Amino acid sequence: MNLYNISFNNLRRRKAKMVFTVLGLAIAISTVVTLITVSKAMNAEIAERLDEYGANIVIVPKSDDLSLTYGGMAVSGISLGAHKIYEKDTDRIQGIKNRDNIKIIAPKLLNAATIVQRNVLVVGVRFDDELALKKWWRLTGRRPGVNHEAIIGSEVRVKLQLGLQQSFDLRGETFVVAGILEPTGSQDDGIVFIDLKQAQRIFGKPGELSLIEVAALCYDCPIEEIVRQTSEKLPEARVMAIRQTIESKMEAMHRFEHFSYGISIVVLLVAALIVTTTMTASVNERTREIGVFRAIGFRQTHIMKIILSEAFLTCLIAGAVGYFVGVGAARIVSPLLLMNGGESSPLMNYPLLGGSLALAVFIGILASIYPAFKASRLDPTLALRAL
Amino acid sequence: MGNLLAMKGVKKVYDTGMECVAALNDISFEVSEGEFVAIMGPSGSGKSTLLSLLGGLNHPSAGSIVVDDIDVYSLSVERLADFRREYVGFVFQSFQLIQYLTIVENVMLPLAVSTIPRAEKKRIAIDMIDKVGLRSKTLRLPGELSGGEQQRVAIARALVNRPPIVLADEPTGNLDSATSQEIMELLGSLNDEGHTIVIVTHNPDNLREVHRCIRLRDGRVQNESIAHLANGIKAEEV
Repeated sequence: MNLYNISFNNLRRRKAKMVFTVLGLAIAISTVVTLITVSKAMNAEIAERLDEYGANIVIVPKSDDLSLTYGGMAVSGISLGAHKIYEKDTDRIQGIKNRDNIKIIAPKLLNAATIVQRNVLVVGVRFDDELALKKWWRLTGRRPGVNHEAIIGSEVRVKLQLGLQQSFDLRGETFVVAGILEPTGSQDDGIVFIDLKQAQRIFGKPGELSLIEVAALCYDCPIEEIVRQTSEKLPEARVMAIRQTIESKMEAMHRFEHFSYGISIVVLLVAALIVTTTMTASVNERTREIGVFRAIGFRQTHIMKIILSEAFLTCLIAGAVGYFVGVGAARIVSPLLLMNGGESSPLMNYPLLGGSLALAVFIGILASIYPAFKASRLDPTLALRAL
Repeated sequence: MGNLLAMKGVKKVYDTGMECVAALNDISFEVSEGEFVAIMGPSGSGKSTLLSLLGGLNHPSAGSIVVDDIDVYSLSVERLADFRREYVGFVFQSFQLIQYLTIVENVMLPLAVSTIPRAEKKRIAIDMIDKVGLRSKTLRLPGELSGGEQQRVAIARALVNRPPIVLADEPTGNLDSATSQEIMELLGSLNDEGHTIVIVTHNPDNLREVHRCIRLRDGRVQNESIAHLANGIKAEEV
């Protein structure tokens, strides 16, 4: 028989109260666990799919000319710059220290041309890289497989009245429409994409590039550092980070995280209140019992130990229950929130389990300090007045 | 035998907020080691207040209580708890057993905060339960026992720490006369073994086992008697 036996036996006796306290705290812990698990899964998904958001670094020739616009970003003068960038520069990009972070390099040559008596922007690309970079492209038809095949934007299709497998003339050469882009809502809708090599030949710019788009995995790496390293390798080029896309995604993520923290704090406060109320009620019910303990020589600290031990045991159970319920809930909720359907989170995430137990015990002990203090300060004569 | 307990000029006033009520007024008496003393008096005479003061549960408004040369109310709150654990065993009218603990666990309660090994605590408790004649019921819950048996358990709990003083507040108040007799005999036998016992009682039949009776009225000692009731002689005033 020791103080912990008393706590344990009392919990066994007051099962309903213990279950109520466990439930209150477990709901809070499970909420926190669910939010953390889902947040982490969302972060992981963002990290995994950063490349799908397109380029986050753009390399253009250095120029003092006015900028043209491409995709809402400033692109230096395409053809009039004093400096030029070339296809071989793509190999130099692969030589930077953080080359492992470079996922896709998509070089482009931009030129205006007349097709079916309309001025159109013709972009020479490496189709493999371009399609890898722009995973959101939905293509009707097929990807170009041979020379003299093109992909046209949805707007081009309408304005030039071109359909699949129809041919058009570009600077005296005939191209066939192999694929048509479904509307993207971007500048791509008004562009004709042809093979980079052919574009360089047709427009008389062998090896030349207008810009290079780079997709770097920068979820956990400093994009500025990659930009700096690339700039060193390409002194004649201007290297810019497009933070907008990622930052808007990350901003949404951070907002969700902040929302999660807010919800967690509120739920934990409510749980703490439930623990305080239940423990206080328990202390009030046990006034005579505490009076007996005090009469037979238990110190105030002994009474506090009994009450806090009960809180500890209860909260430990609540932490474990909350963890498993939370992980279970996350497994149900994740597929609804995540684009990839939510990869199943592991059942045993030991750091999270440890954190859940620690958080539950911390909240429970904190919430029980007042009832425990109150119990320890009970005047034994008042407590025993009913004797 | 020397004095184990001495009350000197003890006064206890309760402030109800509206008025001050004196529960005890200038109480002085001594209890020798091994004595069996009864405190009697009508309801409201201050018997229970007196017992709580003797047991270190309540603070007097004036005066002092000395037990084994310790000025009880000069002790800090925590030391006062230690004093109760080491010096006093309480027996209450309504037994005050902890209903969710078994008999042996109830008896072990005062040992819960000691550093004695668990097995040893259990052995001491079972010895004590044996002494009060309940050896076969150590694993029962209090609710499964009769009132007399519960009071025996309460007595075992009061004695398990081997305190020099046992304070019993109406120990037979909730029992029938036959069971009351058994409990008083048990207390008498414990007194024979050397325990100093102070009981509060209404029942003159309980005086058979006691050595001395202190009568209270209106918070004052009305008289002290030497009891010879065991020999069928009425209390003799001193």
